[in-house]
Amino acid sequence: MSLVKLDQVHKYYGDFHVLKGIDLDIKAGEVVSIIGKSGSGKSTLLRCINGLEEYQQGGISVDDKEVTSEDIQVRRLALSVGMIFQNFNLFPHLTVGENIMLAPTIVLKKSKAEAQTIAKAMLEKVGLGDKFGSYPEKLSGGQQQRVAIARALAMNPKVLLCDEITSALDPELVGDVLKVLEQLAKEGMTLVLVTHEMNFARDVGDRVVFMHQGKVWEEGNSKKLLSDPETEELKQFIGAVL
Amino acid sequence: MLNFSDLLPYTDVFLGGLATTLQLTLLTTVLGVIVGTLCASIRQYGNKPSQRAVAAYVELIRNTPFIVQLFFIFFGLPSIGLLLTPWQASVIALTINLGAYSTEIIRAGLSNIPKGQWEAAKVLGMNFRQTLVRVVFTPAFEKIYPALTSQCIIVMLGSAVLSQISVQDLTYAANLVQSRNFRAFESYVVTALMYLGLAMLMRYIFGLIGKRVFAFREAS
Amino acid sequence: MIEFSNWDILRNLLFAMQWTILLSLIAFISGTSVALGLTAVRLTRNPVMTRFVKVYVELFQGTPLLMQMFLCFFGLSMIGYEISAWGAAILSLTLFTSAFLVEIWRGCIDTLPKGQWEASRVLGLSFLQTLRHVILPQATRVAFAPTVGFSVQVVKGTALASVIGFVELTKAGTMLNNATFEPFKVFAFVALLYFALCYPLSLCSKYLEKKYHVAR
Ligand SMILES: Nc1ncnc2c1ncn2[C@@H]1O[C@H](COP(=O)(O)OP(=O)(O)O)[C@@H](O)[C@H]1O
Ligand SMILES: [Mg+2]
Repeated sequence: MSLVKLDQVHKYYGDFHVLKGIDLDIKAGEVVSIIGKSGSGKSTLLRCINGLEEYQQGGISVDDKEVTSEDIQVRRLALSVGMIFQNFNLFPHLTVGENIMLAPTIVLKKSKAEAQTIAKAMLEKVGLGDKFGSYPEKLSGGQQQRVAIARALAMNPKVLLCDEITSALDPELVGDVLKVLEQLAKEGMTLVLVTHEMNFARDVGDRVVFMHQGKVWEEGNSKKLLSDPETEELKQFIGAVL
Repeated sequence: MLNFSDLLPYTDVFLGGLATTLQLTLLTTVLGVIVGTLCASIRQYGNKPSQRAVAAYVELIRNTPFIVQLFFIFFGLPSIGLLLTPWQASVIALTINLGAYSTEIIRAGLSNIPKGQWEAAKVLGMNFRQTLVRVVFTPAFEKIYPALTSQCIIVMLGSAVLSQISVQDLTYAANLVQSRNFRAFESYVVTALMYLGLAMLMRYIFGLIGKRVFAFREAS
Repeated sequence: MIEFSNWDILRNLLFAMQWTILLSLIAFISGTSVALGLTAVRLTRNPVMTRFVKVYVELFQGTPLLMQMFLCFFGLSMIGYEISAWGAAILSLTLFTSAFLVEIWRGCIDTLPKGQWEASRVLGLSFLQTLRHVILPQATRVAFAPTVGFSVQVVKGTALASVIGFVELTKAGTMLNNATFEPFKVFAFVALLYFALCYPLSLCSKYLEKKYHVAR
């Protein structure tokens, strides 16, 4: 059964047609990598899936519930869709622990003790068990991004959207974050990642979606698609990034 | 009950006041920014004693009310032999006031210029003054131009106080009119709106000047 | 004629300075309260309300404080609302203070990265929860220094109450000047007393700015 379903989604910024009829079907437990040139609409696509952006035509559903950008909808959606941003967006005035505990306590109404247990478990999972009381600014970029992952996981989402989450990191820190993602994939988490890490997309991902000019230009099994692209555009793209 | 038509006979009085306020503003904006530029340069690049002197000037002005500065200059200085007309006292007071605020603003712009700019100019054989004027000033002013604009407007609005030493400015006109026709509310509302118009006009003109001066942005 | 010693002058000025302090405190507190209300109104993002706040700010930032005081004092009584110089001073200083603070705070809130709102939203926080737990705690830190800095403008603004006849530090100065004919000395004292009030506030603002700048 599909967890995320897009049906002929069109999105405009004013007159600018960004998404031109996107169809996508993501099953629970799948790891889908979205690749494509800058400006092809990858971020916009993710942001439509979790209701940060509204779309004008077509339909999106997550877990069989329709997605709109109405505030109340987004809040309900937040319970099943987690999102991680390129520049972390941790709350700088809160400690790592408080960052993770905030939403479970005030949105899920969990007790403080319960939220703390979850936060500690999630931090262990991303390999930062000792950073509970630190402030984000004291952490490296890679560590901050792993905290952001832990923060999203603490809401127990069904699917995790990641928008170029390693692009702002120093190269030597990328590996740590990817390792966490790989672990999550193994545990059966559904992941939708916009990424430039082709090796990761091939080795860990199940499926690759190549976006071009606001359309899904080509998609398929990640190993097959990346080693044997059909369209000229994807060949060019792979040539350019490798 | 409100009656704005009673103001009409006094149009000339208002216009005269407006002209005075405009003249004073124009003159002291130019003088004040010049003083500010000089003092900011000293504050940023001068030797220690001159830096201290400028800092003291800036702090003294910024931490006392303009009306007290004005009274000190207009009433106080004659008693030590420096006789000033209201107009002269006004120009001095406004210039000193804007000078202090703009020193602080412009200095922020100067301190933002990367060291590399100075080094590049030095490598090209430019001396200190050439570098300052040709390389540093334009980007420094561009950065702080909005803040400088706002400060000049604030000083213009503050000039309303000059009416207290009988400079015949816009506020003086308003007082005069309301004492004649007893239409205080109407007179002050109209005057306030004229000040508002002046403030908008200044913002507009500063914007035009800024567009020309910092035109290198458009070209690139 | 009565002779005034330096001490007599200073004593009278110090006495009047109490009114300057009281007026400043009241104006600052009520101005802050009004600014809080206006900020809340602005944050609702209701277009009509936002527009109202914008016009309010434009109006009171774009006209002289002295003119606002005249309007409150002479203007209101002309159209039938009797008001004392004290009341007019408080009213106009409140309007003035709130207009500037609401604008200063707008800057503090708007400079927070958009990502803070988005991260909160995708975690399921409501608008009010985001404000309370994410935006305001950060914005108040940033706002602290400029708000204290603005209090200097409020103290200096109270000097204009002298023009409508309220006896505070500046008015006491002009009265003493008329009695002593020693303007140089009297206004120098007046200026020094204002400096003694304002400079510590300026220093405090600078200190706060450094402190929170480093912390961020
Ligand atoms: N808020 C916005 N307003 C207008 N245009 C936008 C906005 N956000 C993105 N765009 C445009 O939409 C296109 C797709 O952007 P995006 O989804 O960010 O691409 P990608 O993530 O693939 O680089 C780009 O051309 C971009 O300029
Ligand atoms: Mg993007």
